[in-house]
Amino acid sequence: MHQLWLIPALPLAGFLVNGIFGRKLSKPAVNAVAIGSVLLSFLWVVKTLLALGPLESAYTESYFTWIQSGIVNVGFDLAVDRLAAVMLLVVTGIGLLIHIYAIGYMSHEGGYYRFFAYLNLFMFFMLILVMAANFLLLFVGWEGVGLCSYLLIGFYFLKKSAGDAGKKAFVVNRIGDFGFSLAIFLTLVTFGSLDFGEVSAKAATMSPETTAGVVTGICLLLLVGATGKSAQVPLYVWLPDAMEGPTPVSALIHAATMVTAGVYMVARAAPLFNLAPIALDVVAFVGLITAVLAATIGLAQNDIKKVFAYSTVSQLGYMFLALGAGAYSAGIFHVMTHAFFKALLFLGAGSVIHALEGEQDLRRMGGLRSKIPVTFLVLMCAAVAIAGVPPFSGFKSKDEILLAVHAYSPWMFWVGVVTAGMTAFYVFRAIFLCFFGTYRGKAHPHESPLVMTLPLGVLALLSLGGGYINVPQYLAPVFGQPNVDHDMTLVAISVGAGLAGIFLAWLFYVVKPELPEALARTFSAPYKLIYNKYYVDEAYDALVVHPLRDGSRSVLWRGIDAGLIDGAVNGTGALARSIGAGLRTMQSGYIRRYAAWVVLGSIVVVAMVTFLGGAR
Amino acid sequence: MPSEFPIPLPNLPLPDAVPLSWYLILSAILFTLGVAGFLFRRNIITVFMSIELMLNAVNLSFVAFSYHLKSVDGHIFSFFVMVIAAAEAAVGLAIILTVFRNRQTLEIDEVSSLKL
Repeated sequence: MHQLWLIPALPLAGFLVNGIFGRKLSKPAVNAVAIGSVLLSFLWVVKTLLALGPLESAYTESYFTWIQSGIVNVGFDLAVDRLAAVMLLVVTGIGLLIHIYAIGYMSHEGGYYRFFAYLNLFMFFMLILVMAANFLLLFVGWEGVGLCSYLLIGFYFLKKSAGDAGKKAFVVNRIGDFGFSLAIFLTLVTFGSLDFGEVSAKAATMSPETTAGVVTGICLLLLVGATGKSAQVPLYVWLPDAMEGPTPVSALIHAATMVTAGVYMVARAAPLFNLAPIALDVVAFVGLITAVLAATIGLAQNDIKKVFAYSTVSQLGYMFLALGAGAYSAGIFHVMTHAFFKALLFLGAGSVIHALEGEQDLRRMGGLRSKIPVTFLVLMCAAVAIAGVPPFSGFKSKDEILLAVHAYSPWMFWVGVVTAGMTAFYVFRAIFLCFFGTYRGKAHPHESPLVMTLPLGVLALLSLGGGYINVPQYLAPVFGQPNVDHDMTLVAISVGAGLAGIFLAWLFYVVKPELPEALARTFSAPYKLIYNKYYVDEAYDALVVHPLRDGSRSVLWRGIDAGLIDGAVNGTGALARSIGAGLRTMQSGYIRRYAAWVVLGSIVVVAMVTFLGGAR
Repeated sequence: MPSEFPIPLPNLPLPDAVPLSWYLILSAILFTLGVAGFLFRRNIITVFMSIELMLNAVNLSFVAFSYHLKSVDGHIFSFFVMVIAAAEAAVGLAIILTVFRNRQTLEIDEVSSLKL
């Protein structure tokens, strides 16, 4: 026994302590509990992985039977294999850095203990999600991180937009979760088990003719769940709004860990997806569309966090593209490198926002290079990593993905390359707008404290060098050997696209700052389209939200609830009253009238006995 | 129809007198008169007398049946009715007296405070 349960239990303990006693604890004590629990959890992960050694096959610990009813037998089992090991290190490692960063970032905010309690609760659920050995336990973690996401997006609950964004995230995720739960039911009915190992073993032995349809159905439903959690088309709309939350939350939950849960889940269900080529094609399509769509929207956003949010959606699309192409290990590799550089981008953006006392609009930044040099330096590291400049981490993982996609479908490769160019463009656009030119704002920028810059430095090193951790090779026992030949022409093309994007951004925003204005005027129609995010929110409002709300109001509320249900209840009362009112007139108080009733009654009885025949 | 009563009545020769139905018709007429008086008269005393009339109409049919069936059951019943009627008359007259004292009226429709 390696006591795997300690890994999620430690952050849970931190949540309980901070959640119950946090109001009375001092800030250093809250810090110690929050950071300490995550640090211990991280150390326990490292210790466990070292003790488990090469981990060629999954190591499972069963604690107790959770649900036992008929064919349903679900255990509370935690498992670690190489896939989970990568995710565990990313979640606890990045989580630890972001917790430390948050000490500095949140130092002036109210609800300090509440923030760290939620963050610890998130870590607990995320670790449950990663280590779950069956679909149902994974679903528990899945819902739990969704809850924490909701709580933390709406952290500034006095701001209406924050509350609305939280609700939007919750509701949109619920649509995805609906698909996921259906997938779980279908899995249970088909395979009689929810255990990952058992399901994949049974799926492999069943004849493909009988299972192909059902497995495709399961996989597509799982994909619906993943599109919700991982912000894919058509359910990506909640993620950009989720930026209402504090920046460390955007970094941890909405960039590095939670939103990659969908990728992780699809990779977990890889044995099923491998039996359903149609579902894989759909995954690749969804990923590609998301990547392109979000990247184009990112080109024209002015809020620094929104730019990075759309970048996250786009990069998640990349990961799904990799999964759809069957390159699961490349997808997970990109999850890891993306966690490094996107967390860094968000934390760097947070540092900028912190320096400018809450300013998020790129148009009121500029020339900050000399004022906050450390932040500039680390953001440059993240930018070159995400732009795919060799030999940094983004280059490595994006390369793996694009090569696998080329082998899968060449035209998708070309779309991916263009998207990579756009990615480089919008990230460097943000960097140039923020750090070059002249300062256009009014605040007095100051560099962030060490407690914030230290995690930034660590993440910068990881963004630069993280690509040398050969994740695809490490994951070979789980997904099979990646057989991608490194065609230098293709590599050169994708690198060239990234460099072209950077060059264009430099041309537009440093050399000739008036050029973007002119271009936006020339191509005003497409510019407006992407500036307004393709009007997707408006379309959803018109097609889904308003009909639902109006239908609920006029049919469900006024019609069914007020009309039918209330009508039935009130009608019963009214009926009793009217009958009573009728009977009341009999009770007149006049003795002679009572006597008349008696006579009438006896006449009726006698008549009945006479004509119908009573008891003789 | 044999009598279940332990003491059989002496087997008197029936005079070829009034048949049973005549008694019953008379009883019905008296009863109807009582009912009509009860319903249509307004004086409480008259109403009270109508009740007595109904009771005695019933007594008449009891006795007629008793004689016809050669059984004393009917006699016993009519004695009971008389006893109850006497008691009822005592109580009823007392109530009427009290009502009159309190309201200075014998109009039956004036006494309607039982109404809700």
